[in-house]
Amino acid sequence: MMPLLETHKLNKHFGGLHVTGNVDFALNPGEMHCLIGPNGAGKSTFFKLILGEHLPDSGDILYDGHDITRAKPFERIRKGISVKFQVPGIFKELSVRQNLTIALQYHVDPELLAEEIDQLLEFLKLADDQKQLAGNLSHGQKQWLEIGMAIALKPKLLLLDEPTAGMTPDETFATGEMLQELNREGMTLLAVEHDMAFVRQIAHQVTVLHFGKIFAQGTIDEIVANEDVAAIYLGEVDA
Amino acid sequence: MSRASRFTSFLKLVEGPQTLGNGPKFWSGFAVVLLAACSYPAFADSYDVGNNVYFFNWLFMALGLSLIWGYGGSLSFGQTAFFGIAGYSYGVLTINLGDAYGLTLFSLVMAVAISALFAAVLGYFLFFGRINGVFLGIVSLSVTLVLERFMAQTAGPEWVIGKARLNGFNGMGAMPSLTIPWPGGNIVLYPDITLYYLTLALLVIVYLGLRMLVNSRFGNVLVAIRENPLRAEMLGYDVRKYQLGAFVIGSALAGLSGVLYTSWGNYITPASMGMTAASLPIVWVAVGGRSDLTTTLVGTFLVLIVFQSLTIHGSQYALVAMGLLLVITVLIAPKGIVTALVEFVSKMSDRRKSKAEEVR
Repeated sequence: MMPLLETHKLNKHFGGLHVTGNVDFALNPGEMHCLIGPNGAGKSTFFKLILGEHLPDSGDILYDGHDITRAKPFERIRKGISVKFQVPGIFKELSVRQNLTIALQYHVDPELLAEEIDQLLEFLKLADDQKQLAGNLSHGQKQWLEIGMAIALKPKLLLLDEPTAGMTPDETFATGEMLQELNREGMTLLAVEHDMAFVRQIAHQVTVLHFGKIFAQGTIDEIVANEDVAAIYLGEVDA
Repeated sequence: MSRASRFTSFLKLVEGPQTLGNGPKFWSGFAVVLLAACSYPAFADSYDVGNNVYFFNWLFMALGLSLIWGYGGSLSFGQTAFFGIAGYSYGVLTINLGDAYGLTLFSLVMAVAISALFAAVLGYFLFFGRINGVFLGIVSLSVTLVLERFMAQTAGPEWVIGKARLNGFNGMGAMPSLTIPWPGGNIVLYPDITLYYLTLALLVIVYLGLRMLVNSRFGNVLVAIRENPLRAEMLGYDVRKYQLGAFVIGSALAGLSGVLYTSWGNYITPASMGMTAASLPIVWVAVGGRSDLTTTLVGTFLVLIVFQSLTIHGSQYALVAMGLLLVITVLIAPKGIVTALVEFVSKMSDRRKSKAEEVR
């Protein structure tokens, strides 16, 4: 099977600091994959390299058979990658409905747009709040709206940077179920996550980053059983 | 979709989430104001009417700045550059071509096109060079001031284009007014009632056209970029193209202001691009409420009238008052004074409604 996303010897440094070092990473279609690692492990930089917010110093990024190493961010999005940021990047001064309209307007026939937005609002459980300004939503709702905008593009690959940050346990669990539903429909997911219960809920595969390098890879049980990983990371939190 | 239904759905964009003032109440108010504007010449001296076209001339530039800054979030400090370029272009073209055969109207279109082209070139380097925020303001202001300095040193006889002397700091004059070819005698648009109605008509067309633009998909993306450019890009939009598009349209409108002003007064000077001139549009638009076309229009019109009457009575102190007005606006009503009033009124009426419901 050809991986949906591959990186070859991906390198990025800021000044003398090596943030991403020779990362060889592959993500298969249909996989739900979590990236974990202590603060400063290079998770966010790795995301930014995939999205094109940063360009690598060396190495290649292949997506769906195309070399996207130097592509502009919006070009990558148009190829089927989408992202949910850690801090929701919603349009605060616009209504919830407007937010989704902006995400959907070029992907849907204008006559079907209203209907598609209604469905998405239903899916996100935001139908009652559609006229609210997005900035007035609760934190959890903002996260969901952000996820909604990301999935509105019907991406093949969805990147999630801490999708459950700041959510209550109930909201976290519901988010996990939502993501599993998307995955069942065929979406490939790659998430940076700190909440190990959540990782256990959703991840097929886990990659541990440490000092910009891939430290370990495997199922959640393998990772938890790995004593070296525990030493650098899991030892600090309950797992 | 059929062509007809596409056209009606396009017309429907005149109302939408990006414009304040929707529904029958707003449009009846709009009709009343328009009617008042139309009947004004019946009650006033035609000399005054012609003079007061002056106020309309500036509104196009204000609406353009509202599009670029209020909707798109890019603060351009250099809109008067396009005003000046179009004004001088109109002068050079009409002095050389004359006013027969509708050539002044051709010159109007050309002058606006020249300012739009200049905006496209400058905007390309700004937006595709990812110059944002305060740097955009600095660069656009610098360009304006350079143009002012350049035009100010063109006093010598060597600075001539065809028959048109640029005339340095004294400014260029004696260009013909806009002239409409008409069977049985050309209509020359001197500052008079005819010019008043034409400028008013143009203003209504531009206002309604911009309302449709900001409520269209283009407008949606524009406000998204203002709110969060990174998110907009990560929804697959080439942010730079939208910013450039808004910049060119808004600057063409500044150019239109420049042509109308030059034709109205048969005069344009480098001072129209100076520091003072460059900062005034910012004051009008910020004081009215930049993020809406209607508040921008109303606010700019009111500020212009206040400024004019202050100038008559207190000359240079009027500028100090403008500065003060801007500071007060930023401190008390950062979204603009007209916007704040609109919000206050709608809040009060909401409260009255909910009270009425309680009584029931």
